Amino acid sequence: MTELPKSTQKKLGLVIDLDTCVGCHACVISCKGWNTENYGAPLSDQDAYGADPSGTFLNRVHSYEIQPAEGAAQLIHFPKSCLHCEDAPCVTVCPTGASYKRTEDGIVLVNESDCIGCGLCAWACPYGAREMDQAAGVMKKCTLCVDRIYNDNLPEEDRIPVCVRTCPSGARHFGDLGDPDSAVSQLVKERGGVDLMPEQGTKPVNKYLPPRPKDRMPEIDVLAPFLAPVDQGAKGFLGWLDRTLDKL
Amino acid sequence: MHPAPSVIFFSTFSGLGFGLLFWLGLGWPSPTGLVAFVFFAIGYLLAVGGLIASTFHLGHPERALKAFSQWKTSWLSREAICAVAALILMAIYGAGAVFADQHWRVLGVIGGLLSLGTVFTTSMIYAQLKTVPRWHMPLTPLNFLSLSIAGGALLAGQVTWALWLIILAGGIQLATWIVGDGRFATSETTIATATQLGGIGQVRAFEPPHTGTNYLLREFVYVIGRKHSFKLRLIAIVLMAALPVTLLLMPFSHVAGGLAVLVHVAGVLTARWLFFAQAEHVVGLYYGKR
Repeated sequence: MTELPKSTQKKLGLVIDLDTCVGCHACVISCKGWNTENYGAPLSDQDAYGADPSGTFLNRVHSYEIQPAEGAAQLIHFPKSCLHCEDAPCVTVCPTGASYKRTEDGIVLVNESDCIGCGLCAWACPYGAREMDQAAGVMKKCTLCVDRIYNDNLPEEDRIPVCVRTCPSGARHFGDLGDPDSAVSQLVKERGGVDLMPEQGTKPVNKYLPPRPKDRMPEIDVLAPFLAPVDQGAKGFLGWLDRTLDKL
Repeated sequence: MHPAPSVIFFSTFSGLGFGLLFWLGLGWPSPTGLVAFVFFAIGYLLAVGGLIASTFHLGHPERALKAFSQWKTSWLSREAICAVAALILMAIYGAGAVFADQHWRVLGVIGGLLSLGTVFTTSMIYAQLKTVPRWHMPLTPLNFLSLSIAGGALLAGQVTWALWLIILAGGIQLATWIVGDGRFATSETTIATATQLGGIGQVRAFEPPHTGTNYLLREFVYVIGRKHSFKLRLIAIVLMAALPVTLLLMPFSHVAGGLAVLVHVAGVLTARWLFFAQAEHVVGLYYGKR
């Protein structure tokens, strides 16, 4: 049903640390891998080895250059996937009921056997989190690895979304953002986590931790002039060569 | 937004067809027999033809019946239900006019209003989208509805009504363009709110996630033809309003009337192409594009 639940028991989601993300795209690749090999239609590629390759991805990493009023520009890597919004506009526009938000944990999913591939949910999403698979003709989106997080066949440490499991810099965190005492909620509180495009009124569950202020180089030490290297001039053979060449 | 031909043809022709059914339902004109058959056949060809065209852009058209289920929240679902209800009621009303020389007034009025309702639900599919600021305004349904009623009056041969309604629709079209041009700027969504990095400094998209293109860019960041938008708007308004009005002011002849219909449709098609091609989705901001 495309009516949004009034509230969900949990608000499972991701917290993404823009300060520690190194832009390696490992989360992109692991996401593509897991979601191609497991639940639902595989994430297809078109012309993968040709001149104009493109494909379906549920997670993409952008890079932005930020130019402060003074000082050097900063490069910020910016992973973006479904934010599992509380007021998910993609769900309510769905004409078939294929899109839904789960009452138990707040995950937004697509029932692929009901999806007619009209694309309206992708139009309604401001974040570009939904992509129509060109081979399967159905809408694909982040499932928060619903087939991992409750999967008793996996070792316990693997029961988290694959992007979080893969991240080598610890920039991705998974947990219940509806529980104020959870590790992710504490992290958001501590680091001032923010919503993307708050003016769109989607109330995203996923939060982004802004980059911490950069360190500043300290003033040059007063003893610096005394420590400057002094050129003693070349000695020996090289010194003779230097003098001889100068005379020519 | 990518101007998919199926959606442009669908919204233009079904708008025109439901517009004609609206006038027929109200009883202006009230033909019977063969003349009624021709009127209803044109209305149905346009409305149903448009609906069929709209299924061409679906990934799984064979599941289209499921689209009738979510009327509580989805404008697309409401459109499907409204369209089928209008077509069924108008078919019964039309059968009465063609075969029984009867005009069941109540049925006709309800069917006519449902026909107009279908156009309204179509327009709301676009107007509801906060992500496309150009569409997210009351002028969008007004634009669709006024064109549908005016085009319907033209097809129904209501010359005086058509004349004034086309002038009105042309005016609303101009307002839609002028107001629409400023909508993205006033929507408050910028690359700074999209990334939430504006607090540090000026944000610039440095590197996209992929070297190639993707579904999002193809669907939402369509920039081809934008540079010709002014000329296309001029062509659209001349074809949609100025020429038909001139033709209608001339002494009435069926040739002039037919010509007025053709140029009007060509103008609406041009305007509908621009409606999509000029619309900018906020997701483009993540790519440093609009």
